[in-house]
Amino acid sequence: MGYQRPKGEVGIRNKIAIISSVVCVNHVVQQIANQVENAVPITHPLGCGQFGPDYKNTLNTLIGLGKNPNVFGVIVVGLGCENITSSLVAKNIKKSKKPVEFFDLQDIKGGSPAAIEKGVKLGKKLSKEAEEMKREPFDFSRIVLGLECGASDSISGISANPALGIVSDRIVNYGGISILPEFTEWIGTEHLLIKRAIDENVAEQIKDLLSGFIENLKGLGINFLGVQPTPGNIQGGLTTIEEKSLGTIAKAGKSPIQGLIQYTEKPKGKGLWLMVEPSLDVESMTGLAGVGANVIIMTTGRGSPCGNPVVPVIKLCGNPKTYEWMAENIDVDMSPIIMGDKSVEDLAEVLWVKLKSTLNGQETQAEKLGFNDVAIWRNTASPFQYMHCK
Amino acid sequence: MTKQLKSFILMSPDDNCATALEDVSKDSQVQIMDISITINHDIPLGHKIALADIKKGELVKKYGQAIGVATENITKGDWIHTHNLSSQYIQEVLKND
Repeated sequence: MGYQRPKGEVGIRNKIAIISSVVCVNHVVQQIANQVENAVPITHPLGCGQFGPDYKNTLNTLIGLGKNPNVFGVIVVGLGCENITSSLVAKNIKKSKKPVEFFDLQDIKGGSPAAIEKGVKLGKKLSKEAEEMKREPFDFSRIVLGLECGASDSISGISANPALGIVSDRIVNYGGISILPEFTEWIGTEHLLIKRAIDENVAEQIKDLLSGFIENLKGLGINFLGVQPTPGNIQGGLTTIEEKSLGTIAKAGKSPIQGLIQYTEKPKGKGLWLMVEPSLDVESMTGLAGVGANVIIMTTGRGSPCGNPVVPVIKLCGNPKTYEWMAENIDVDMSPIIMGDKSVEDLAEVLWVKLKSTLNGQETQAEKLGFNDVAIWRNTASPFQYMHCK
Repeated sequence: MTKQLKSFILMSPDDNCATALEDVSKDSQVQIMDISITINHDIPLGHKIALADIKKGELVKKYGQAIGVATENITKGDWIHTHNLSSQYIQEVLKND
């Protein structure tokens, strides 16, 4: 059950997104969102003085978040002197035919209090319009599922991740879309991924991406040990990137891989897609939301509280100690798998029931607790990198 | 919480390591498939033990796949982690440091 959007996509939430085009108005955006029913703040530290791929990533991610089918309407707030302008973001979101408002703080007499007042007024109007929409029945072919794992331990890879893989395959079989981000966690599994590529071209893309990344590390002399796996992964029993990656890709089940998409690029068809994203949870989930995921399922072994402002994040945990410690942040306890009394298949069924209730409107723990995390991937080589005092 | 039914899980019959499903004490005697093993170290939940002797330079396998290379001789029942196992990918980069 969801909300039909003007361009045919289906939302499972009906949010009013209040978006900062630039860091300087984050407080204004937060205050507006606090005072409007069903509104979420989309704030970030970027938007000013950006260039190259960073500029494109920030602009296209903000546009993508506004266009996300879980969003009914949008207010974009700018300051007035930044290069990622509120009007540019708003103009592009409007292509989705949903209601979009925008303004810059510097254009409003009375400074930030007046800007907040204006935003709240616009927001309340949108919120009222949103309340008039009713949920309609839809099938699973309309689902765009984001596959995420964070704060992993070696229990995730043998419990929650393969159970999520079963659910991902099921969405794909129903004609939906599933997206696996976090490419640095595919290192060591390319021989398995390329076997699942739908054609030679996709296989070559996977190989080139991963070998290119290893070459970059070598060329720059970067020591990636301790970055992948992370210190927390290592404490949780994951020794090498290969071991972590084998667990990571289990989330993507056994479906064929249709292709690779860039960080701000929508999947070009149905089925399972891989997203080029560097494996940081919040950047990854922001990217998934930016390309149109309407639900994200995240596995965690050591415990992560993260969420997303526009996409519900269902959290799974296979580690019984972590679940006991952080149950408030977890939606499904997957530990019966390792306790030996339930199979991966049994828990995939439990997850399927939770997914259905979430699609129908039941709030996830991250939604209930108000996690509206946004981080946008920065991948421009910086001209500032060698600048320092002598 | 229900009681843990088994101490270790073997992900694939080809594997030469198994993963602890609970904290396991040194000197515990365990049976993994048809192999009897004495555990040589305290093994925390989620960590790995060797199911057989693994020589330095040999591959360690989990999920039926190589997860890295033994950097020293590993004895059956030993804890396998960063002190005796290294990636075939990220380790190469370290050599450039």
